Amino acid sequence: MSDLVIKVESLSKAYQLGEFSTGTISNDLKRWWAIKRGKEDPFLSVVEENDRSKVGVSNMVWSLRDLDFQIAQGESVGIIGRNGAGKSTLLKILSQITYHTQGTVKLKGRIASLLEVGTGFHPELSGRENIYLNGAILGMSKVEIKAKFDEIVAFSGVERYIDTPVKRYSSGMYVRLAFAVAAHLESEILIVDEVLAVGDAEFQKKCLGKMNDLGRSSGRTIIFVSHNMTAIKALCNNGIYLKNGQLVSQGQIDSVISDYLSSNRAIADANGVISSEQRISGTGEARFLKILTYSQTPKEIKTEFYFGERFLIEFDMKVSKDIEDVFIGLHLFNVYGEKIAMDMPDKSYRPQGVKKGIQRFTIDFREVLMPGDYFFGLSMSHFYSGSDIDFVENIANFKILRDSFNDELNYPWPTIHGYTQVDSVWNSYTII
Amino acid sequence: MKPQPSAHWDRIITHKSGLFDLRLKELVKYKDLLFLLVRRDFVAFYKQTALGPIWFFIQPMFTTFVYIFIFGTLAQISTDGIAQPVFYLSGIIAWSYFSDCVIKTSNVFRENAGIFGKVYFPRLVMPLSIVISNLVKFGIQLLLLIAVIIFYEIIGQSAFNPTIYLLALPFLVLFMALIGLGFGMIVSSITTKYRDIGFLVGFAMPLLMYATSVVYPLSSLGGKLKMLILINPMTSVIEGFRKGFFGEGEFGLYNLIYLIVFSIFTLIAGTLIFNKVQKDFVDTV
Repeated sequence: MSDLVIKVESLSKAYQLGEFSTGTISNDLKRWWAIKRGKEDPFLSVVEENDRSKVGVSNMVWSLRDLDFQIAQGESVGIIGRNGAGKSTLLKILSQITYHTQGTVKLKGRIASLLEVGTGFHPELSGRENIYLNGAILGMSKVEIKAKFDEIVAFSGVERYIDTPVKRYSSGMYVRLAFAVAAHLESEILIVDEVLAVGDAEFQKKCLGKMNDLGRSSGRTIIFVSHNMTAIKALCNNGIYLKNGQLVSQGQIDSVISDYLSSNRAIADANGVISSEQRISGTGEARFLKILTYSQTPKEIKTEFYFGERFLIEFDMKVSKDIEDVFIGLHLFNVYGEKIAMDMPDKSYRPQGVKKGIQRFTIDFREVLMPGDYFFGLSMSHFYSGSDIDFVENIANFKILRDSFNDELNYPWPTIHGYTQVDSVWNSYTII
Repeated sequence: MKPQPSAHWDRIITHKSGLFDLRLKELVKYKDLLFLLVRRDFVAFYKQTALGPIWFFIQPMFTTFVYIFIFGTLAQISTDGIAQPVFYLSGIIAWSYFSDCVIKTSNVFRENAGIFGKVYFPRLVMPLSIVISNLVKFGIQLLLLIAVIIFYEIIGQSAFNPTIYLLALPFLVLFMALIGLGFGMIVSSITTKYRDIGFLVGFAMPLLMYATSVVYPLSSLGGKLKMLILINPMTSVIEGFRKGFFGEGEFGLYNLIYLIVFSIFTLIAGTLIFNKVQKDFVDTV
């Protein structure tokens, strides 16, 4: 049972950043000449750690650095990490789409990778023709596809349109058909990138269920990349956590997820200063500077509050020029990075103007949250174009503590109570 | 966990994989994909067109009309006594096969970057499918040539004058395909890094036609110019066609040997370069 199917030894991959075309001929010649004389590749010696928040001196970075891990048959492994940690690169190397710079990858059995659904779908061809084409691209033989054809069509639920060109499909139908083909691949190892982020909720559930079946019943090995910790937890028994191309932890999925989450928390600065690492995107016309949470009376900086306690949020932003149509949003996330709520200054969804200078906002936060760990995100965007002026995440992490009347340590608050307390008034009376 | 012997693994990928690690065996496993891609090219080609496959005939026919007018009537270039329509048509279908192969194959990385970046399959399948689907198209157009020849027989102006070289026809087609494939793979590999080459091919192929005996017979040239034109392997192919069908043309054993050597060389060079580039082109395109 515990046969190894993947073994990765000191795997590294260097990427060249920026322009390829300028100076490539001269660089290529230099490189060729150095290797010819038996020297080390001059461009690999200056490769830097992949930290996208820092500006490097070299235009080569290590997208992956010295990874060592092994995966046994039947394991389902979740790969987690922030954007740019090297997750997709790792998947691409395992699926042989690209090659690494150093190290060895050993594989056993047929690998099917699902980095995208519907790869190679041709809009002019019918659903039927595309099932065959897509199946063949994924590595199935015609006989195999024929044998599974009915199953695929039934799973996709597009029977009626099977002989219609897929360009007339709705995007939902398209995705259903594409996933159906991929889900019926016969392979020992299945590599899946966040393809589940598509389709409607019902279909996502179906996909997750299907993947779960594949892993549990047929002893297939699954490697799954997602930002959705709930999906990872549901699907995987082991995990690998990557950060800046390096392996931070691996092992039981729960412990890997908690490593990942606690390292996210570590980003938070004691003075609430927002770092570039927390910045997702933005035009730079205005920037969020800092965010802190305070207790009500007396007003003190605090990151832990009791259940039911009201607290204050204060954030500053630097505005470089007057902007007329700003839409500011405060986003609340749970410990798994799933959004729980969004709040805004004007509850009727209207934009506001902001003046040049440093602006301070204070929020009296009245929502009653269930005990647990939470963090915020802040966004401001142009209301009409929708483009982000600034967008930061993983800021102002805070904790809601249990109050005195419930001291049970491992009480599963989210599964029983959800995340917030509903604000409502109940009445009851006897009608008969 | 017990240590695994290297025989345990189906595939060991090291960062230094050999130049000759072509994995041709794997190519056989993907023959269904090859077939389906060829089919896709055809089905997608005539979907939503009124004339459908007839387009395969229209292009060479109209080109022939134009050439008869410009090169035959206006410029009065000799056709070695071969009836003008079949003379031009034979050159056009052979040249357009070669030129389509090179141009389409040279774009293979750029056009399929999306697929190549998401799924692994032997990349060689793509250029092969292009060469094969063009071969089918060429076959259909060859039927047009034969139809025109028959038409000339019926109206009594005999154009068909076969020689022993007609037997070489399948080989000529094969060489033409191999050279187109090899040449296209070389170009496509360079294009991943230097896009300039792609542009170069785009405008050079139509011009290169004039360095091939498509609109003039090789016999009309002499001396150094003739040698220069003969360097182009397609000249030998087209001359071979005409010699086989119409008895006119300069084709002999030398040309055959030249074609064999040239096609094997371009095929090997193309395959090796293509194979090297396909490994990490995803990062550069």
